Amino acid sequence: MPVSSQTDYTQMPDDKGHFGRFGGMFVSETLMEPLDELRLAYEKYMRDEVFLAELDRDLADYVGRPSPLYHAQRLSQQAGGAQIFLKREDLNHTGAHKVNNTIGQALLAKRMGKTRIIAETGAGQHGVATATVAARLGLECVVYMGEVDIARQEANVYRMRMLGASVVAVKSGSRTLKDALNEAMRDWVTNVDDTFYIIGTVAGPHPYPVMVRDFQTVIGRESREQILRQAGRLPDALVACVGGGSNAIGLFYPFLNDLETDIYGVEAAGEGLESGHHAAPLCAGKSGVLHGNRTYLMQDEDGQITETHSISAGLDYPGVGPEHAWLKESGRANYVAATDKEALAAFHTLTRCEGIIPALESSHAVSYAMKLAAGMDPKQIILVNLSGRGDKDMHTVAALDGTLL
Amino acid sequence: MSRISGHLKDLADRNRVALVPFVTAGDPNPDMTVPLMHGMVDAGADMIELGVPFSDPMADGPVIQRASERALQHHTSLHKVLDMVGEFREKDPVTPVILMGYLNPVEAMGYENFAREAAAAGVDGLLTVDLPPEEADDLLRALKDKALDPIFLIAPTSTDKRIERICETASGYVYYVSVKGITGSADLAIDEVTRRVEAIRKLTGLPVGVGFGIKDPQSAQAIGRIGDAVIVGSALIRRIEERLETPESIVPAVAELLAGMRSAMDSIR
Repeated sequence: MPVSSQTDYTQMPDDKGHFGRFGGMFVSETLMEPLDELRLAYEKYMRDEVFLAELDRDLADYVGRPSPLYHAQRLSQQAGGAQIFLKREDLNHTGAHKVNNTIGQALLAKRMGKTRIIAETGAGQHGVATATVAARLGLECVVYMGEVDIARQEANVYRMRMLGASVVAVKSGSRTLKDALNEAMRDWVTNVDDTFYIIGTVAGPHPYPVMVRDFQTVIGRESREQILRQAGRLPDALVACVGGGSNAIGLFYPFLNDLETDIYGVEAAGEGLESGHHAAPLCAGKSGVLHGNRTYLMQDEDGQITETHSISAGLDYPGVGPEHAWLKESGRANYVAATDKEALAAFHTLTRCEGIIPALESSHAVSYAMKLAAGMDPKQIILVNLSGRGDKDMHTVAALDGTLL
Repeated sequence: MSRISGHLKDLADRNRVALVPFVTAGDPNPDMTVPLMHGMVDAGADMIELGVPFSDPMADGPVIQRASERALQHHTSLHKVLDMVGEFREKDPVTPVILMGYLNPVEAMGYENFAREAAAAGVDGLLTVDLPPEEADDLLRALKDKALDPIFLIAPTSTDKRIERICETASGYVYYVSVKGITGSADLAIDEVTRRVEAIRKLTGLPVGVGFGIKDPQSAQAIGRIGDAVIVGSALIRRIEERLETPESIVPAVAELLAGMRSAMDSIR
């Protein structure tokens, strides 16, 4: 589909949660009414000035917003082309963009009278961000995490337990993020009366993709103001990594109608798209239904979901938010991929030339941005979402270097 | 009238509540499924819900999850499940067979392809647990085109408005999920189920099947007083799972539990 200035790209979804042919509500009957209750509460409070003021105050005083937009001059020189600006979501409380959403959903849970919070987590960042807000609001918190992820993200598991959350090891299926999501859904369907399920990404049944997007668009709203102030114009390109896609949609959404700004979502190419060992459904998957929505999925010809691979647990997911699927089909955004090796190289480059240690997830975006910058003019601007910091990845990176921490 | 509607009407005329076992196709291995289906009919089953294995069975508890995993180890695809139904039909042209599972395998095959091949194999209905009526228009067209019944769930959380919508969309029967939760969980609250099923009957003339939480002859009998069909799944699969080392004992063990339920249900009318 050709990109058109006549299209308002911010009008999705429709009232049933469809982004074009994607999205929707594909859940068992038990959850249909609770999801509708959630949608009504969400719509009500997003128009409630008292709620919005509380959310803004928390984002400022608890999370530390606005996060800086930083002109990475040495990184730009190294790439040898366009100027690279980094949106520093890594400086948020808890170390990633995830908290923007958990603050919002937890305030909503409190308003709805729910006393128990559940969440799924992959890398542990969303789990930590959920456990953090649950501790602050005095809510019971249970986090579901795949056994495989628990082994590779021990530090975050410990953090969640310190914060008072119970971390439940999920032993079914591939024992990673998708299975944690299945298990959280099973908990929710059983305890739906007193429990609020905080989904960490822009996937799941309606209203989750739109609700999580709206809580994350603070990233793009700030970025737009900051780049206009610092550079006097809009960027030529936006780059963000895409697992489920919440940090990416948070950055992209306020720019969707700025057609002079190109948009790039970077998926995890793992060992290479041709190897089959990756987590890049938009680049190499096909449309299907999983976890409550229709979207691009990694699946075999029988419709069974296949196991994914990425060096970063946070991108290791076989689906992607339905709005990204629609942005791909509408032609408004481009989806590309970076391999484990490329992400790791970018991780070290950014660390050495700017003194910023990025999360392995965000390193995928940095890698592609440097590649893109090299083919552009030094007067041009690329704005990259540095969605998280790399402290949690020290063990993974050290192990690859042959160092045991 | 579809085979399901005709069969249920016939049973009702004979004052017999339908006993409907659920097993996952391909569990514990694909060779066992057809003999198991015949064995269940011999033990008193009136219809069969045959589970289509899926990698991410979000609405199922650990027992049916493990059944799905065992079946998938043997690569039990939807195509193979249809072959099993075709083989079952060679000896049993009467007992209705309903496929139950998740939408994605059906979507991967393509709705029209699925409906054509399922009808040809002798399938009578389809229940996709993650597909509410709101999202079902395209699939409904394909199913109706081949006279397959779309079966839908009604839950404890369903409002009257939703129940009406579901019953307008469904044919054959509706499936009342008797507990909030996943398959194989929690105990039944019989009074609550009775109240809910009576409420459903005020809104529809469709037969009402009741499932989730039925595990022995007593609970089958209690539900038999309320519903038109008693659906039992996890309790049967537990019997399979306990006998993985002695597969020859599986069919008799499943049949024994069903026969016990059958006679408990028959003793009330």
